[in-house]
Amino acid sequence: MAATTAPAAARTVPDSARSPQSRRKPPRLRTVILAAAAYVVALIFILPYLEMALTALRPPKELLDANYIPHHFAWSNFTSLWSTGIGSNLRVSLMVAGGATALVLLVATPAAYYTARRRFRGRTVFLLLVLVTQMFQPTALVVGIFGQFNQLGMIDDPTALILVNAGFNMAFAIWILNAYFGAIPKELEEAALVDGCTRLGAMFKVIIPLALPGIVTALIFTFISAWNEFIVALTLTSTPSNEPLTVGLNNFIGAYSVDWQHLFAGSVIATIPVIVLFALIERKVVSGLTAGSVK
Amino acid sequence: MSLSSNLPLRRLGRAAAPLGWVGPAVALIAFAVIWPVYEMFRISFQHYSPDGFLLGSAGFKNYTKLFQDPNFGPIMVRSVIWVVAVVGLTMTISLGVAQLFNQRFPGRRIARWALIAPWAASVMMTAIIFRWMLDPNTGAINLLLRDLGLISKLGTSQADWLGRPDAAFLWMIAVAVFVSVPFATYTILAGLQTIPGEVYEAAKIDGASHVRTYFAITLPLLRPAILVATLINVMNVFNSFPIIWEMTRGGPGYETNTSTVYMFNLKQNFIGESASMSVVNFAVIIVMVLVFLRVSNWKKEVA
Repeated sequence: MAATTAPAAARTVPDSARSPQSRRKPPRLRTVILAAAAYVVALIFILPYLEMALTALRPPKELLDANYIPHHFAWSNFTSLWSTGIGSNLRVSLMVAGGATALVLLVATPAAYYTARRRFRGRTVFLLLVLVTQMFQPTALVVGIFGQFNQLGMIDDPTALILVNAGFNMAFAIWILNAYFGAIPKELEEAALVDGCTRLGAMFKVIIPLALPGIVTALIFTFISAWNEFIVALTLTSTPSNEPLTVGLNNFIGAYSVDWQHLFAGSVIATIPVIVLFALIERKVVSGLTAGSVK
Repeated sequence: MSLSSNLPLRRLGRAAAPLGWVGPAVALIAFAVIWPVYEMFRISFQHYSPDGFLLGSAGFKNYTKLFQDPNFGPIMVRSVIWVVAVVGLTMTISLGVAQLFNQRFPGRRIARWALIAPWAASVMMTAIIFRWMLDPNTGAINLLLRDLGLISKLGTSQADWLGRPDAAFLWMIAVAVFVSVPFATYTILAGLQTIPGEVYEAAKIDGASHVRTYFAITLPLLRPAILVATLINVMNVFNSFPIIWEMTRGGPGYETNTSTVYMFNLKQNFIGESASMSVVNFAVIIVMVLVFLRVSNWKKEVA
Protein backbone atom coordinates (compact mmCIF):
# COMPACT_ATOMS: atom_id res chain seq x y z
CA MET A 1 0.00 0.00 0.00
CA ALA A 2 2.54 2.48 1.15
CA ALA A 3 4.94 1.29 -1.47
CA THR A 4 2.61 2.39 -4.24
CA THR A 5 1.99 5.87 -2.92
CA ALA A 6 5.14 7.10 -1.33
CA PRO A 7 8.17 6.77 -3.54
CA ALA A 8 7.86 10.29 -4.92
CA ALA A 9 10.77 11.48 -2.89
CA ALA A 10 12.87 8.43 -3.43
CA ARG A 11 12.45 8.43 -7.17
CA THR A 12 14.92 10.78 -8.73
CA VAL A 13 13.99 12.10 -12.12
CA PRO A 14 16.86 11.60 -14.55
CA ASP A 15 18.55 14.83 -15.50
CA SER A 16 18.17 14.22 -19.19
CA ALA A 17 14.55 15.28 -19.28
CA ARG A 18 12.27 13.50 -21.63
CA SER A 19 11.73 16.66 -23.58
CA PRO A 20 11.28 16.43 -27.32
CA GLN A 21 14.55 18.24 -27.86
CA SER A 22 16.44 15.27 -26.52
CA ARG A 23 15.26 13.13 -29.39
CA ARG A 24 16.41 15.13 -32.35
CA LYS A 25 19.70 16.87 -32.89
CA PRO A 26 19.11 20.57 -32.24
CA PRO A 27 20.51 23.13 -34.65
CA ARG A 28 23.77 24.55 -33.37
CA LEU A 29 22.72 28.17 -33.32
CA ARG A 30 19.71 27.35 -31.20
CA THR A 31 21.88 25.63 -28.59
CA VAL A 32 24.23 28.57 -28.48
CA ILE A 33 21.41 31.05 -27.95
CA LEU A 34 19.79 28.86 -25.30
CA ALA A 35 23.04 28.39 -23.45
CA ALA A 36 23.83 32.10 -23.59
CA ALA A 37 20.40 33.02 -22.27
CA ALA A 38 20.67 30.45 -19.49
CA TYR A 39 24.12 31.64 -18.49
CA VAL A 40 22.88 35.22 -18.30
CA VAL A 41 19.97 34.15 -16.07
CA ALA A 42 22.33 32.10 -13.92
CA LEU A 43 24.70 35.04 -13.62
CA ILE A 44 21.91 37.37 -12.50
CA PHE A 45 21.13 35.00 -9.66
CA ILE A 46 24.67 34.82 -8.35
CA LEU A 47 25.78 38.40 -8.98
CA PRO A 48 24.52 39.73 -5.61
CA TYR A 49 26.52 37.03 -3.84
CA LEU A 50 29.62 37.90 -5.88
CA GLU A 51 29.10 41.50 -4.81
CA MET A 52 28.82 40.25 -1.24
CA ALA A 53 32.20 38.52 -1.56
CA LEU A 54 33.78 41.51 -3.31
CA THR A 55 32.63 43.89 -0.59
CA ALA A 56 33.89 41.50 2.06
CA LEU A 57 37.32 41.92 0.47
CA ARG A 58 37.10 45.69 0.04
CA PRO A 59 39.70 47.58 2.10
CA PRO A 60 37.97 49.94 4.57
CA LYS A 61 39.65 52.86 2.79
CA GLU A 62 37.97 51.96 -0.49
CA LEU A 63 34.48 51.53 0.92
CA LEU A 64 33.37 54.91 -0.34
CA ASP A 65 34.87 54.44 -3.81
CA ALA A 66 32.33 54.28 -6.58
CA ASN A 67 33.76 51.35 -8.53
CA TYR A 68 32.63 47.79 -9.22
CA ILE A 69 35.81 46.05 -8.15
CA PRO A 70 38.14 47.37 -5.45
CA HIS A 71 41.75 48.16 -6.38
CA HIS A 72 43.10 46.00 -3.59
CA PHE A 73 41.73 42.95 -1.90
CA ALA A 74 41.87 43.11 1.88
CA TRP A 75 41.91 39.48 2.97
CA SER A 76 42.62 40.86 6.42
CA ASN A 77 38.90 41.67 6.71
CA PHE A 78 38.37 37.98 7.37
CA THR A 79 40.89 38.00 10.23
CA SER A 80 39.90 41.31 11.79
CA LEU A 81 36.32 40.03 11.70
CA TRP A 82 37.02 37.78 14.66
CA SER A 83 37.89 40.67 16.95
CA THR A 84 34.32 41.97 16.58
CA GLY A 85 32.84 39.22 18.72
CA ILE A 86 31.25 37.44 15.77
CA GLY A 87 32.73 34.19 17.06
CA SER A 88 30.10 33.92 19.76
CA ASN A 89 27.35 34.54 17.20
CA LEU A 90 28.77 31.76 15.07
CA ARG A 91 28.80 29.50 18.10
CA VAL A 92 25.16 30.30 18.90
CA SER A 93 24.20 29.67 15.26
CA LEU A 94 25.94 26.29 15.27
CA MET A 95 24.35 25.40 18.58
CA VAL A 96 20.84 26.44 17.57
CA ALA A 97 20.97 24.85 14.11
CA GLY A 98 22.70 21.72 15.41
CA GLY A 99 20.36 21.38 18.38
CA ALA A 100 17.23 21.92 16.30
CA THR A 101 18.41 19.37 13.74
CA ALA A 102 19.15 16.77 16.38
CA LEU A 103 15.79 17.32 18.06
CA VAL A 104 13.91 17.14 14.77
CA LEU A 105 15.53 13.85 13.76
CA LEU A 106 14.99 12.40 17.20
CA VAL A 107 11.29 13.24 17.18
CA ALA A 108 10.45 12.96 13.48
CA THR A 109 12.08 9.62 12.71
CA PRO A 110 9.90 7.42 14.96
CA ALA A 111 6.76 9.37 14.05
CA ALA A 112 7.44 9.09 10.32
CA TYR A 113 8.32 5.43 10.61
CA TYR A 114 5.21 4.55 12.55
CA THR A 115 2.85 6.48 10.29
CA ALA A 116 4.43 4.89 7.23
CA ARG A 117 4.06 1.35 8.62
CA ARG A 118 0.95 1.26 10.76
CA ARG A 119 -2.61 2.40 10.37
CA PHE A 120 -3.73 3.60 13.75
CA ARG A 121 -6.52 5.70 15.09
CA GLY A 122 -5.70 9.34 14.67
CA ARG A 123 -3.15 8.72 11.94
CA THR A 124 -4.90 10.91 9.39
CA VAL A 125 -5.48 13.63 11.98
CA PHE A 126 -1.82 13.50 12.91
CA LEU A 127 -0.62 13.78 9.32
CA LEU A 128 -3.06 16.61 8.70
CA LEU A 129 -1.69 18.41 11.76
CA VAL A 130 1.82 17.93 10.38
CA LEU A 131 0.81 19.29 6.99
CA VAL A 132 -0.86 22.32 8.54
CA THR A 133 2.16 23.13 10.70
CA GLN A 134 4.32 22.91 7.60
CA MET A 135 2.24 25.76 6.20
CA PHE A 136 2.70 27.85 9.34
CA GLN A 137 5.71 30.02 9.72
CA PRO A 138 7.00 31.37 13.00
CA THR A 139 6.79 34.89 11.58
CA ALA A 140 3.02 35.05 11.91
CA LEU A 141 3.16 33.77 15.49
CA VAL A 142 6.11 35.78 16.69
CA VAL A 143 4.06 37.81 19.18
CA GLY A 144 2.70 34.61 20.71
CA ILE A 145 6.17 33.06 20.70
CA PHE A 146 7.49 36.09 22.55
CA GLY A 147 4.67 35.89 25.12
CA GLN A 148 5.27 32.18 25.62
CA PHE A 149 9.00 32.36 26.24
CA ASN A 150 8.62 35.50 28.28
CA GLN A 151 6.40 33.53 30.65
CA LEU A 152 8.87 30.67 30.68
CA GLY A 153 11.71 33.07 31.49
CA MET A 154 13.60 31.89 28.43
CA ILE A 155 14.22 35.20 26.67
CA ASP A 156 17.85 35.34 25.55
CA ASP A 157 18.17 31.57 25.99
CA PRO A 158 19.43 29.66 22.90
CA THR A 159 17.35 26.67 24.04
CA ALA A 160 14.25 28.64 23.13
CA LEU A 161 15.55 29.07 19.58
CA ILE A 162 16.30 25.35 19.36
CA LEU A 163 12.74 24.49 20.39
CA VAL A 164 11.06 26.95 18.03
CA ASN A 165 13.20 26.00 15.05
CA ALA A 166 12.68 22.31 15.73
CA GLY A 167 8.93 22.77 16.09
CA PHE A 168 8.50 24.60 12.82
CA ASN A 169 10.80 22.36 10.76
CA MET A 170 9.69 19.00 12.05
CA ALA A 171 6.80 18.82 9.60
CA PHE A 172 9.09 18.82 6.58
CA ALA A 173 11.20 16.06 8.13
CA ILE A 174 8.20 13.88 8.99
CA TRP A 175 6.78 14.36 5.55
CA ILE A 176 9.90 13.46 3.61
CA LEU A 177 10.88 10.58 5.93
CA ASN A 178 7.37 9.18 5.74
CA ALA A 179 7.74 8.99 1.96
CA TYR A 180 11.11 7.25 2.24
CA PHE A 181 10.04 4.76 4.88
CA GLY A 182 6.88 3.98 2.93
CA ALA A 183 8.92 3.17 -0.17
CA ILE A 184 10.92 0.46 1.62
CA PRO A 185 9.35 -2.99 1.13
CA LYS A 186 7.77 -4.34 4.31
CA GLU A 187 9.25 -7.77 3.66
CA LEU A 188 12.71 -6.49 4.51
CA GLU A 189 11.89 -5.67 8.10
CA GLU A 190 9.53 -8.62 8.43
CA ALA A 191 12.55 -10.77 7.70
CA ALA A 192 14.42 -8.95 10.44
CA LEU A 193 11.50 -9.43 12.86
CA VAL A 194 11.44 -13.15 12.06
CA ASP A 195 15.15 -13.27 12.76
CA GLY A 196 14.40 -12.04 16.26
CA CYS A 197 14.80 -8.28 15.94
CA THR A 198 12.50 -6.04 17.90
CA ARG A 199 10.55 -3.42 15.94
CA LEU A 200 12.94 -0.77 17.20
CA GLY A 201 15.90 -2.96 16.29
CA ALA A 202 14.47 -3.51 12.81
CA MET A 203 14.07 0.22 12.41
CA PHE A 204 17.70 0.89 13.27
CA LYS A 205 19.27 -2.05 11.45
CA VAL A 206 17.17 -2.26 8.30
CA ILE A 207 15.07 0.82 7.70
CA ILE A 208 17.28 3.70 8.71
CA PRO A 209 20.24 2.67 6.55
CA LEU A 210 17.94 2.34 3.54
CA ALA A 211 16.28 5.69 4.19
CA LEU A 212 19.61 7.44 4.67
CA PRO A 213 19.19 9.82 1.70
CA GLY A 214 15.89 10.99 3.17
CA ILE A 215 17.42 11.42 6.59
CA VAL A 216 20.30 13.41 5.15
CA THR A 217 17.81 15.61 3.30
CA ALA A 218 15.81 16.26 6.46
CA LEU A 219 19.02 16.91 8.36
CA ILE A 220 20.42 19.44 5.90
CA PHE A 221 17.08 21.15 5.36
CA THR A 222 16.45 21.62 9.07
CA PHE A 223 19.97 22.80 9.66
CA ILE A 224 19.75 25.42 6.91
CA SER A 225 16.33 26.73 7.95
CA ALA A 226 17.41 27.09 11.56
CA TRP A 227 20.71 28.62 10.46
CA ASN A 228 18.93 31.22 8.32
CA GLU A 229 16.05 31.93 10.71
CA PHE A 230 15.82 35.59 11.53
CA ILE A 231 12.64 36.99 13.06
CA VAL A 232 12.33 34.63 16.04
CA ALA A 233 16.00 35.11 16.89
CA LEU A 234 15.53 38.86 16.58
CA THR A 235 12.59 38.69 18.97
CA LEU A 236 13.90 36.25 21.54
CA THR A 237 17.45 37.50 22.04
CA SER A 238 18.57 40.67 23.77
CA THR A 239 22.33 40.48 24.37
CA PRO A 240 24.63 40.52 21.32
CA SER A 241 26.66 37.49 22.41
CA ASN A 242 23.51 35.35 22.59
CA GLU A 243 22.40 36.21 19.07
CA PRO A 244 22.87 33.84 16.15
CA LEU A 245 24.68 35.12 13.06
CA THR A 246 21.60 36.41 11.25
CA VAL A 247 20.84 38.81 14.09
CA GLY A 248 24.44 39.37 15.17
CA LEU A 249 25.46 40.57 11.72
CA ASN A 250 22.91 43.36 12.08
CA ASN A 251 25.04 44.82 14.84
CA PHE A 252 27.47 45.94 12.15
CA ILE A 253 24.73 48.29 11.03
CA GLY A 254 25.05 51.25 13.36
CA ALA A 255 22.84 54.29 13.60
CA TYR A 256 25.34 56.47 11.73
CA SER A 257 27.70 54.13 9.95
CA VAL A 258 27.76 50.58 8.68
CA ASP A 259 30.77 48.30 8.97
CA TRP A 260 30.08 46.91 5.49
CA GLN A 261 33.26 44.94 4.95
CA HIS A 262 32.84 43.00 8.19
CA LEU A 263 29.11 42.65 7.68
CA PHE A 264 29.72 40.96 4.35
CA ALA A 265 32.75 38.99 5.49
CA GLY A 266 30.46 37.51 8.13
CA SER A 267 27.75 36.98 5.53
CA VAL A 268 30.16 35.10 3.28
CA ILE A 269 31.05 32.78 6.14
CA ALA A 270 27.36 32.29 6.92
CA THR A 271 26.28 31.78 3.33
CA ILE A 272 28.83 29.71 1.41
CA PRO A 273 28.50 26.47 3.43
CA VAL A 274 24.74 26.71 3.28
CA ILE A 275 24.65 27.04 -0.51
CA VAL A 276 26.97 24.06 -0.92
CA LEU A 277 24.91 21.93 1.48
CA PHE A 278 21.69 22.94 -0.22
CA ALA A 279 23.02 21.95 -3.64
CA LEU A 280 23.26 18.39 -2.34
CA ILE A 281 19.58 18.07 -1.52
CA GLU A 282 17.88 20.58 -3.83
CA ARG A 283 15.83 18.05 -5.78
CA LYS A 284 14.48 16.23 -2.78
CA VAL A 285 13.49 19.53 -1.19
CA VAL A 286 11.02 20.24 -3.96
CA SER A 287 9.23 16.95 -3.42
CA GLY A 288 9.23 17.49 0.33
CA LEU A 289 7.92 21.03 0.26
CA THR A 290 5.21 20.37 -2.27
CA ALA A 291 4.18 17.30 -0.23
CA GLY A 292 4.08 15.14 -3.32
CA SER A 293 1.48 17.26 -5.06
CA VAL A 294 3.78 17.58 -8.05
CA LYS A 295 4.50 14.25 -9.63
CA MET B 1 -12.71 -14.46 33.65
CA SER B 2 -9.16 -13.25 33.61
CA LEU B 3 -9.31 -13.05 29.83
CA SER B 4 -12.34 -10.77 29.80
CA SER B 5 -10.95 -8.50 32.49
CA ASN B 6 -7.71 -8.21 30.53
CA LEU B 7 -9.47 -7.19 27.36
CA PRO B 8 -10.09 -3.50 28.06
CA LEU B 9 -6.56 -3.18 29.38
CA ARG B 10 -5.18 -4.77 26.25
CA ARG B 11 -7.29 -2.50 24.13
CA LEU B 12 -6.03 0.50 26.05
CA GLY B 13 -2.50 -0.70 25.51
CA ARG B 14 -3.08 -1.00 21.79
CA ALA B 15 -4.62 2.45 21.60
CA ALA B 16 -1.71 3.90 23.53
CA ALA B 17 1.00 2.17 21.48
CA PRO B 18 1.21 4.89 18.81
CA LEU B 19 1.85 7.45 21.54
CA GLY B 20 5.38 6.22 22.10
CA TRP B 21 6.19 6.74 18.44
CA VAL B 22 4.11 9.75 17.55
CA GLY B 23 3.72 11.36 20.98
CA PRO B 24 6.98 13.32 21.04
CA ALA B 25 6.15 14.88 17.66
CA VAL B 26 2.67 15.84 18.87
CA ALA B 27 4.18 17.29 22.04
CA LEU B 28 6.65 19.37 20.06
CA ILE B 29 3.91 20.70 17.79
CA ALA B 30 1.77 21.51 20.82
CA PHE B 31 4.63 23.30 22.51
CA ALA B 32 6.14 25.19 19.59
CA VAL B 33 3.11 25.88 17.41
CA ILE B 34 -0.13 25.61 19.35
CA TRP B 35 0.99 27.33 22.52
CA PRO B 36 2.10 30.48 20.65
CA VAL B 37 -1.27 30.56 18.86
CA TYR B 38 -2.99 30.50 22.23
CA GLU B 39 -0.64 33.16 23.61
CA MET B 40 -1.21 35.38 20.61
CA PHE B 41 -4.99 35.30 21.14
CA ARG B 42 -4.61 35.82 24.87
CA ILE B 43 -2.34 38.86 24.51
CA SER B 44 -4.66 40.36 21.90
CA PHE B 45 -7.31 40.69 24.63
CA GLN B 46 -5.02 42.23 27.22
CA HIS B 47 -4.09 45.74 28.01
CA TYR B 48 -0.33 46.34 28.29
CA SER B 49 1.40 49.62 28.99
CA PRO B 50 3.93 50.71 26.32
CA ASP B 51 6.78 49.54 28.54
CA GLY B 52 5.27 46.09 28.89
CA PHE B 53 3.31 46.10 32.16
CA LEU B 54 0.05 44.21 32.23
CA LEU B 55 -2.72 46.65 33.13
CA GLY B 56 -5.64 44.24 32.87
CA SER B 57 -8.10 42.97 30.33
CA ALA B 58 -8.71 45.02 27.22
CA GLY B 59 -11.73 43.26 25.81
CA PHE B 60 -11.85 44.04 22.12
CA LYS B 61 -10.11 47.39 22.55
CA ASN B 62 -6.92 46.25 20.84
CA TYR B 63 -8.96 45.26 17.82
CA THR B 64 -10.99 48.46 17.63
CA LYS B 65 -7.78 50.43 18.04
CA LEU B 66 -6.19 48.49 15.22
CA PHE B 67 -9.15 48.88 12.87
CA GLN B 68 -9.35 52.61 13.61
CA ASP B 69 -5.61 53.04 13.16
CA PRO B 70 -5.19 55.32 10.09
CA ASN B 71 -2.29 53.13 8.97
CA PHE B 72 -4.35 49.94 8.99
CA GLY B 73 -6.27 50.40 5.72
CA PRO B 74 -3.30 51.45 3.57
CA ILE B 75 -1.18 48.67 5.09
CA MET B 76 -3.72 45.97 4.27
CA VAL B 77 -4.03 47.30 0.72
CA ARG B 78 -0.25 47.38 0.42
CA SER B 79 -0.01 43.80 1.72
CA VAL B 80 -2.38 42.63 -1.01
CA ILE B 81 -0.38 44.52 -3.66
CA TRP B 82 2.81 43.03 -2.22
CA VAL B 83 1.55 39.45 -2.40
CA VAL B 84 -0.13 39.77 -5.81
CA ALA B 85 2.78 41.60 -7.42
CA VAL B 86 5.52 39.38 -6.01
CA VAL B 87 3.74 36.09 -6.64
CA GLY B 88 2.47 37.14 -10.08
CA LEU B 89 5.91 38.23 -11.24
CA THR B 90 7.59 35.23 -9.63
CA MET B 91 5.34 32.71 -11.36
CA THR B 92 5.58 34.43 -14.76
CA ILE B 93 9.36 34.65 -14.60
CA SER B 94 9.68 31.12 -13.21
CA LEU B 95 7.66 29.64 -16.08
CA GLY B 96 10.13 31.20 -18.49
CA VAL B 97 13.24 30.26 -16.53
CA ALA B 98 12.04 26.69 -16.02
CA GLN B 99 11.32 26.34 -19.73
CA LEU B 100 14.80 27.64 -20.49
CA PHE B 101 16.54 25.40 -17.94
CA ASN B 102 14.61 22.38 -19.20
CA GLN B 103 16.28 22.64 -22.62
CA ARG B 104 19.45 20.78 -23.36
CA PHE B 105 22.61 22.81 -23.55
CA PRO B 106 26.16 22.34 -22.30
CA GLY B 107 26.65 23.42 -18.70
CA ARG B 108 22.99 23.07 -17.78
CA ARG B 109 23.78 21.53 -14.43
CA ILE B 110 25.99 24.44 -13.45
CA ALA B 111 23.46 27.00 -14.65
CA ARG B 112 20.81 25.30 -12.52
CA TRP B 113 23.08 25.33 -9.52
CA ALA B 114 23.48 29.08 -9.78
CA LEU B 115 19.77 29.35 -9.13
CA ILE B 116 20.19 27.69 -5.75
CA ALA B 117 22.09 30.58 -4.20
CA PRO B 118 19.15 32.92 -3.43
CA TRP B 119 17.09 29.97 -2.23
CA ALA B 120 19.69 28.64 0.19
CA ALA B 121 21.10 31.92 1.44
CA SER B 122 19.43 33.71 4.30
CA VAL B 123 16.85 36.15 2.92
CA MET B 124 18.01 38.65 5.50
CA MET B 125 21.52 38.63 4.02
CA THR B 126 20.24 38.88 0.46
CA ALA B 127 18.17 41.89 1.50
CA ILE B 128 21.22 43.58 3.03
CA ILE B 129 23.25 42.99 -0.14
CA PHE B 130 20.55 44.70 -2.17
CA ARG B 131 20.44 47.56 0.29
CA TRP B 132 24.19 47.94 -0.19
CA MET B 133 23.93 47.68 -3.97
CA LEU B 134 21.30 50.43 -3.89
CA ASP B 135 23.47 52.78 -1.86
CA PRO B 136 23.01 56.23 -3.43
CA ASN B 137 26.75 57.01 -3.45
CA THR B 138 28.55 53.76 -4.15
CA GLY B 139 25.96 51.03 -4.83
CA ALA B 140 26.74 48.71 -7.72
CA ILE B 141 23.19 48.93 -9.08
CA ASN B 142 23.40 52.72 -9.11
CA LEU B 143 26.83 52.53 -10.77
CA LEU B 144 25.35 50.35 -13.46
CA LEU B 145 22.33 52.61 -13.92
CA ARG B 146 24.64 55.60 -14.26
CA ASP B 147 26.86 53.82 -16.77
CA LEU B 148 23.77 52.92 -18.75
CA GLY B 149 22.66 56.53 -18.62
CA LEU B 150 19.50 55.78 -16.67
CA ILE B 151 20.37 58.08 -13.79
CA SER B 152 22.39 61.24 -14.25
CA LYS B 153 24.52 61.34 -11.11
CA LEU B 154 25.37 59.34 -8.03
CA GLY B 155 24.58 60.67 -4.59
CA THR B 156 21.44 62.47 -5.72
CA SER B 157 17.95 61.93 -4.38
CA GLN B 158 17.27 60.22 -7.70
CA ALA B 159 19.81 57.54 -6.73
CA ASP B 160 18.36 57.25 -3.23
CA TRP B 161 15.83 54.59 -4.15
CA LEU B 162 15.14 53.45 -0.61
CA GLY B 163 14.46 56.98 0.58
CA ARG B 164 11.33 57.28 -1.55
CA PRO B 165 8.46 55.03 -0.50
CA ASP B 166 7.21 54.17 -4.01
CA ALA B 167 10.65 53.41 -5.41
CA ALA B 168 11.63 51.55 -2.25
CA PHE B 169 8.52 49.39 -2.44
CA LEU B 170 9.18 48.52 -6.09
CA TRP B 171 12.77 47.54 -5.32
CA MET B 172 11.65 45.41 -2.41
CA ILE B 173 9.15 43.67 -4.68
CA ALA B 174 12.06 42.99 -7.04
CA VAL B 175 14.13 41.49 -4.22
CA ALA B 176 11.21 39.35 -3.07
CA VAL B 177 10.79 38.07 -6.63
CA PHE B 178 14.52 37.42 -6.79
CA VAL B 179 14.44 35.16 -3.72
CA SER B 180 11.16 33.47 -4.71
CA VAL B 181 11.96 32.52 -8.31
CA PRO B 182 14.31 29.60 -7.50
CA PHE B 183 11.79 27.53 -5.57
CA ALA B 184 9.02 28.19 -8.10
CA THR B 185 11.37 27.39 -10.99
CA TYR B 186 12.48 24.12 -9.44
CA THR B 187 8.89 23.13 -8.73
CA ILE B 188 7.90 23.84 -12.33
CA LEU B 189 10.99 21.98 -13.56
CA ALA B 190 9.87 18.98 -11.52
CA GLY B 191 6.44 19.34 -13.12
CA LEU B 192 7.92 19.58 -16.63
CA GLN B 193 9.79 16.35 -16.10
CA THR B 194 6.58 14.45 -15.45
CA ILE B 195 5.22 15.29 -18.89
CA PRO B 196 5.84 12.27 -21.12
CA GLY B 197 7.76 12.93 -24.32
CA GLU B 198 5.17 11.01 -26.37
CA VAL B 199 2.69 13.82 -25.86
CA TYR B 200 5.03 16.22 -27.61
CA GLU B 201 5.71 13.75 -30.40
CA ALA B 202 1.99 13.44 -31.02
CA ALA B 203 1.69 17.21 -31.13
CA LYS B 204 4.58 17.38 -33.59
CA ILE B 205 3.02 14.80 -35.87
CA ASP B 206 -0.18 16.81 -35.78
CA GLY B 207 1.87 19.79 -36.93
CA ALA B 208 1.28 21.97 -33.86
CA SER B 209 3.55 25.00 -33.55
CA HIS B 210 5.84 25.49 -30.56
CA VAL B 211 3.65 28.22 -29.13
CA ARG B 212 0.48 26.22 -29.58
CA THR B 213 2.11 23.13 -28.06
CA TYR B 214 3.12 25.15 -25.04
CA PHE B 215 -0.32 26.62 -24.40
CA ALA B 216 -2.34 23.55 -25.35
CA ILE B 217 -0.17 20.87 -23.74
CA THR B 218 2.62 22.06 -21.48
CA LEU B 219 0.72 24.68 -19.52
CA PRO B 220 -2.38 22.54 -18.76
CA LEU B 221 -0.20 19.61 -17.71
CA LEU B 222 1.81 21.91 -15.46
CA ARG B 223 -1.33 23.01 -13.63
CA PRO B 224 -0.67 21.07 -10.41
CA ALA B 225 2.93 22.26 -10.20
CA ILE B 226 1.94 25.87 -10.85
CA LEU B 227 -0.87 25.70 -8.33
CA VAL B 228 1.26 24.32 -5.52
CA ALA B 229 4.16 26.65 -6.25
CA THR B 230 1.77 29.59 -6.27
CA LEU B 231 0.15 28.69 -2.97
CA ILE B 232 3.43 28.06 -1.19
CA ASN B 233 4.71 31.32 -2.60
CA VAL B 234 1.66 33.25 -1.44
CA MET B 235 2.25 31.90 2.03
CA ASN B 236 5.96 32.77 2.00
CA VAL B 237 5.48 36.22 0.56
CA PHE B 238 2.68 37.11 2.93
CA ASN B 239 4.92 36.09 5.82
CA SER B 240 7.95 37.82 4.36
CA PHE B 241 9.67 39.99 6.92
CA PRO B 242 13.46 40.33 6.45
CA ILE B 243 13.37 42.07 3.05
CA ILE B 244 11.32 45.06 4.16
CA TRP B 245 12.87 45.07 7.61
CA GLU B 246 16.45 45.20 6.35
CA MET B 247 15.88 47.58 3.46
CA THR B 248 13.60 50.26 4.93
CA ARG B 249 12.30 49.08 8.33
CA GLY B 250 8.90 49.81 6.77
CA GLY B 251 9.70 53.48 6.36
CA PRO B 252 9.77 56.28 5.54
CA GLY B 253 7.00 56.70 8.07
CA TYR B 254 4.81 53.60 7.76
CA GLU B 255 4.72 53.87 4.01
CA THR B 256 6.38 50.57 3.11
CA ASN B 257 4.91 48.42 5.92
CA THR B 258 3.06 45.26 5.08
CA SER B 259 0.83 43.71 7.74
CA THR B 260 3.62 41.35 8.80
CA VAL B 261 6.15 44.15 9.21
CA TYR B 262 3.56 46.35 10.92
CA MET B 263 2.87 43.61 13.44
CA PHE B 264 6.56 43.60 14.30
CA ASN B 265 6.80 47.39 14.44
CA LEU B 266 3.81 47.56 16.79
CA LYS B 267 5.32 44.91 19.02
CA GLN B 268 7.94 47.30 20.39
CA ASN B 269 5.46 49.54 22.20
CA PHE B 270 1.93 48.29 21.58
CA ILE B 271 2.07 44.57 22.13
CA GLY B 272 -1.71 44.25 22.51
CA GLU B 273 -2.41 45.91 19.19
CA SER B 274 0.45 43.94 17.69
CA ALA B 275 -1.17 40.71 18.89
CA SER B 276 -4.48 41.71 17.32
CA MET B 277 -2.61 42.48 14.08
CA SER B 278 -1.11 39.01 14.19
CA VAL B 279 -4.53 37.48 14.84
CA VAL B 280 -5.72 39.18 11.64
CA ASN B 281 -2.67 37.84 9.81
CA PHE B 282 -3.28 34.42 11.30
CA ALA B 283 -6.86 34.44 9.99
CA VAL B 284 -5.53 35.20 6.50
CA ILE B 285 -3.06 32.32 6.82
CA ILE B 286 -5.76 29.89 7.95
CA VAL B 287 -7.78 30.75 4.85
CA MET B 288 -4.70 30.09 2.71
CA VAL B 289 -4.07 26.76 4.46
CA LEU B 290 -7.67 25.71 3.80
CA VAL B 291 -7.30 26.61 0.13
CA PHE B 292 -4.08 24.62 -0.01
CA LEU B 293 -5.66 21.57 1.59
CA ARG B 294 -8.53 21.76 -0.88
CA VAL B 295 -6.39 21.86 -3.98
CA SER B 296 -3.50 19.60 -2.97
CA ASN B 297 -4.10 15.87 -2.99
CA TRP B 298 -2.79 15.36 0.52
CA LYS B 299 -5.38 12.67 1.22
CA LYS B 300 -3.97 10.52 -1.52
CA GLU B 301 -0.51 11.15 -0.17
CA VAL B 302 -1.50 10.18 3.36
CA ALA B 303 -3.38 7.01 2.42
